Amino acid sequence: MSILVNKQTRLLVQGFTGSQATMHSEQSIAYGTNIVGGVTPGKGGTTHLDKPVFNSVLEAKEAVDPNAAIIFVPAPFCKDSILEAADAGIELIICITEGVPTMDMLVVKEKIDALGLRLIGPNCPGVITPGEAKLGIMPGDIHLKGSVGIISRSGTLTYEAVKQTTDLGLGQSTCVGIGGDPIPGSSFIDILQLFQEDKETEAIVLVGEIGGSAEEEAADFIAQNVSKPVISYIAGQTAPAGKRMGHAGAIIAGGKGTAEDKIKKLKSCGVHIADNLLEIGNTVKSVLG
Amino acid sequence: MNLHEYQGKQLFAEYGLPVSNNKVIHRAEDAVDACNEIGGDKWVVKAQVHAGGRGKAGGVKLVDTPEEAKQFAEHWLGKQLVTYQTDANGQTVSAILIESCTDIGKELYLSAVIDRSSRKIVFIASSEGGVNIEEVAQNSPEKIIYEPIDPLTGPLPFQARRISKILGLDAAQAKQFGQMLPNFVKLFQEKDLSLLEINPLVIKEDGNLHCLDAKINIDSNALFRQPQLVEMHDPTQEDPKEQEAAKFDLSYVSLDGNIGCMVNGAGLAMGTMDTIKFFGGDPANFLDVGGTATQERVANAFKIILADPKVKVVLVNIFGGIVRCDLIAKGILAAIDEVGVKVPVVVRLEGNNADTGSAIIADSDYEIESLNNLEEAAKRAVELAQ
Repeated sequence: MSILVNKQTRLLVQGFTGSQATMHSEQSIAYGTNIVGGVTPGKGGTTHLDKPVFNSVLEAKEAVDPNAAIIFVPAPFCKDSILEAADAGIELIICITEGVPTMDMLVVKEKIDALGLRLIGPNCPGVITPGEAKLGIMPGDIHLKGSVGIISRSGTLTYEAVKQTTDLGLGQSTCVGIGGDPIPGSSFIDILQLFQEDKETEAIVLVGEIGGSAEEEAADFIAQNVSKPVISYIAGQTAPAGKRMGHAGAIIAGGKGTAEDKIKKLKSCGVHIADNLLEIGNTVKSVLG
Repeated sequence: MNLHEYQGKQLFAEYGLPVSNNKVIHRAEDAVDACNEIGGDKWVVKAQVHAGGRGKAGGVKLVDTPEEAKQFAEHWLGKQLVTYQTDANGQTVSAILIESCTDIGKELYLSAVIDRSSRKIVFIASSEGGVNIEEVAQNSPEKIIYEPIDPLTGPLPFQARRISKILGLDAAQAKQFGQMLPNFVKLFQEKDLSLLEINPLVIKEDGNLHCLDAKINIDSNALFRQPQLVEMHDPTQEDPKEQEAAKFDLSYVSLDGNIGCMVNGAGLAMGTMDTIKFFGGDPANFLDVGGTATQERVANAFKIILADPKVKVVLVNIFGGIVRCDLIAKGILAAIDEVGVKVPVVVRLEGNNADTGSAIIADSDYEIESLNNLEEAAKRAVELAQ
């Protein structure tokens, strides 16, 4: 088992023929991901990386029956691409693109929820189930099939957590980057629920950062609904207030969203805290005994 | 991106929201004409900076003659205004807003933000205006209302009535507010705002509602479709190094320490800063070179870090996912070739093509220390910075 993606995933790539999509699709295929085709309006009927290209998601849906889509189109067009995938009934939509306007996401999120579909991202590295499928831009070779579920708001921090759990031989069941934007398609809570239900996942690593209250909300959810051990690291413990640290979400505003508050709340809900970045793997190992 | 008060009020006026007659001036000699054009015998002059707390810092004044307005402008234009919201250097006053004087009956509070939990635009209103709203929220939460706007329906009249009740408006004022609320929402949505704050929203002595202040933040991700707002961008309000970095699509924040950091990914950049602190060091900056870092972008990042005289050592921490470590290595060497380097450099490369990258660093003529784990690299950087 695993969550979200596995060997049965039939992936459609939106914005397929662009340079980023091409590079990452090549790597995904090499990893063993089943890419069934791609969409680039105007290039339908051609092939790219030996896969069929379609003019629309609906055409692709009818021809090759994808059950997941990954989006690489530029930010101004992401709202359209996500909702096009939703319209075609794609159950899992992953948006990698960075810089999607928040106002677009308010509408997209409302619509995705109403349709009962799942969106991961935007501004995220994607989802990987080691040894089965890689839907994203993460380096495949640092992963190892195993028992730790990883959820993170940040791409490269996820890799750091992955590498540490790999080096210790623990490995990962699935790794999910939910993205660093203020309005993500899926929250920590959505993914925690999936890991709780997944038989293969023995411990969950939640990598958070300053800004917003997603970690605090996750903490309450964990206290009520998650029986598996959760280990957390919060980035931005030394970040000054009022300065946006890259991610649109990462800002301490009005004294709220500090790492200190988040850590305190997570601890009070029974979450194990890795005090610093280097201790994520060791903390998991000591918790699992 | 932030706007000045005068720019916010321009937008308010465009959306039919009541603001004072005003003129903005960039030269002191224009003050007298501006006052005469506005008319009346009392004016409020306000220094324009991207920070609150201007009144207490002397940046807002009531004047009785156009000559006084001119003196105020002469005093402040081009100077640094230091308020409790700025750093010790303050912000440069780039313009003066001159307004007709408003007779204030009562001060109220109104703002709108994107609420991440409910994933909606939420209006926050209180009968306690002109004060710090966070204190009101703490001390008298019953005086504040949070009203979410459904993206499908937009604001509804019953919501305007609910907010009016908390604001303590009479029937005529409630009717006015009922007309204003959809315009606030329209402004918020059409201009891709992330914050709209009117503190205070006032009831004038004649009973009408009036926006006495305007604070607006814009979602930077949406600037591609907001050419009018891009025009309003005032670079004098930003750190010059941060501006330089923004030109190269680098996310940079200047800090007080002496260890220059170059990292890929915002989360890992914060994690690297935390790690430096953990080992007793102090980061000089936050710098995210981004996921699609090119050799050129890395070179520019390096130059920006080295331009900071506080920097005693540079720590490069790259976990290559999208970005290839061999390109990062070449970028670092290119930057050093170009600008020279007088401080030690510690590099940690991991992930995509890390071995090739480390080999390129090791084969170079420069004395760059290449370590392949973050703990050793951070410790070494802290040691070298002392």
